[in-house]
Amino acid sequence: MSRKINFTGILAIIFTIILTIGTQAQSKSLMMATTTSTDNTGLLEYLIPHFEQETGINLKWTATGTGKALKLGQNCDVDVLLVHAPPAEKKYIAKGYGKDRRQVMYNDFVIIGPENDPAGIKGKNISDAFTTITNKQAVFMSRGDDSGTNKKEKLLWKNAGIQLPDKEKWYVQTGQGMLATINIAQERDGYTMTDRGTYIKYQSTKGGNAPLKILVEGDAILLNQYSVLTLDPKNCPNAKYDLALKFSDWMASQNAQNLIKDFRLLGQKLFIPNAK
Amino acid sequence: MDFIVAGFIKAIELLIGGDSSTWTAVFATLKVSTCSMLLSIGTGLPCGFLLGYFDFKGKKHLRTILDTMLALPTVFIGLTVYAFISRQGPLGELGLLFTLTGIAIGQTILAFPIVTAITASTIENIDRDLKLTLVTLGAGKRHIVATCLWEVRYGILAAAVTAYGRVLTEVGISMMVGGNIKYHTRTITTAIALETNKGLFADGIALGLVLITIAFIVNLSLSFLRKQ
Repeated sequence: MSRKINFTGILAIIFTIILTIGTQAQSKSLMMATTTSTDNTGLLEYLIPHFEQETGINLKWTATGTGKALKLGQNCDVDVLLVHAPPAEKKYIAKGYGKDRRQVMYNDFVIIGPENDPAGIKGKNISDAFTTITNKQAVFMSRGDDSGTNKKEKLLWKNAGIQLPDKEKWYVQTGQGMLATINIAQERDGYTMTDRGTYIKYQSTKGGNAPLKILVEGDAILLNQYSVLTLDPKNCPNAKYDLALKFSDWMASQNAQNLIKDFRLLGQKLFIPNAK
Repeated sequence: MDFIVAGFIKAIELLIGGDSSTWTAVFATLKVSTCSMLLSIGTGLPCGFLLGYFDFKGKKHLRTILDTMLALPTVFIGLTVYAFISRQGPLGELGLLFTLTGIAIGQTILAFPIVTAITASTIENIDRDLKLTLVTLGAGKRHIVATCLWEVRYGILAAAVTAYGRVLTEVGISMMVGGNIKYHTRTITTAIALETNKGLFADGIALGLVLITIAFIVNLSLSFLRKQ
């Protein structure tokens, strides 16, 4: 009764399995890195099937902060970017990582907090609101992940003339996505800054009656512009530049812009199309 | 409390209703963890056998290294694999980032020390007399090895179950290497992490129950194998 264990046979089976998994990638597929807001709100899930149907290009995306998305593009791990940090994007192109930048839509940032507003920032302008939060040492949740929202928030502290309260106990850096950070703010009864789209999504998951309310809004500096960035083929010769350009064109097309305009939760627009 | 009950109901709805995103996550999970389990057994079994069967210099040190590897954090494996398969990394040309294959590589690294350590221990625990008896009976080397392996078949099965349990439930590697791409590299564990981040606890619990069900079925079928 000799039982031969045939390792060669087992290995052959294993490699066959791996190959079947590995060869599923389609040739006409595009990999995108994007921010958590476009994914968390459900916008991409609503929009992308239309893109795939019209162009026959299969689009996959990974949702992360804008900072990491830009890094993924710089390392050529993706083909195209949908991000929201205009100053960083312009620098990115100047450095030779990005090629074309096309503005496609915007919304705005808002400061949200508990309804009873313990620090009393309601209706103030953004700089006064940040000063009040600092003076009262009210709990404030920051993304702390170099995302587009985080970059903007850091700029706002600077504009208010306050050094970034990096080590303060009341300044909590979650290191997580937008919706996750809002949920942490809710648990801790704190303030946070979010884009309006993600806030509306958060409201709708709470059945329209969320504990955190919008307290500060409307400053011109709170505008939040989203753009599609293609990668410079000189830096990333393997990235699918042609397909990326097609995606960029499609996002700016009348059809896609209308779709973005019609994307609503609780009857509110989450993003406002503004491609030229 | 409500969302725990809601989670149970939702789990049943998702599975019976054939929700496509749930089922693709289930299949992605099964595919990738089965693949990495087989790979880790294919590599870990021979290594564990060599380590347990033969006595050699430095064996103790090797065991210490192996035991340390048992404690490798998944985020660290994820980061290392990421660095290797990123386009800028040494294996960038293969385009393995954001694929199930990439996740499988990371999970194999996770499971390999488990399989090796358990196999080595079971081989070491074989009755010393067995070898002696076989030699006296005039058995060939090949025959001795085969008999030893047959004697420890339950130990190997235990190694497989433990490895499967570990890779099935890990989230760090899947998230970092796979990128949590819906319909592609989203596994059940990364989906749970996402739903929790979105504050949709009921959905998260539902997916957790799905995962436990899979683990239960796998263990059930393996214990059935043991009875055979």
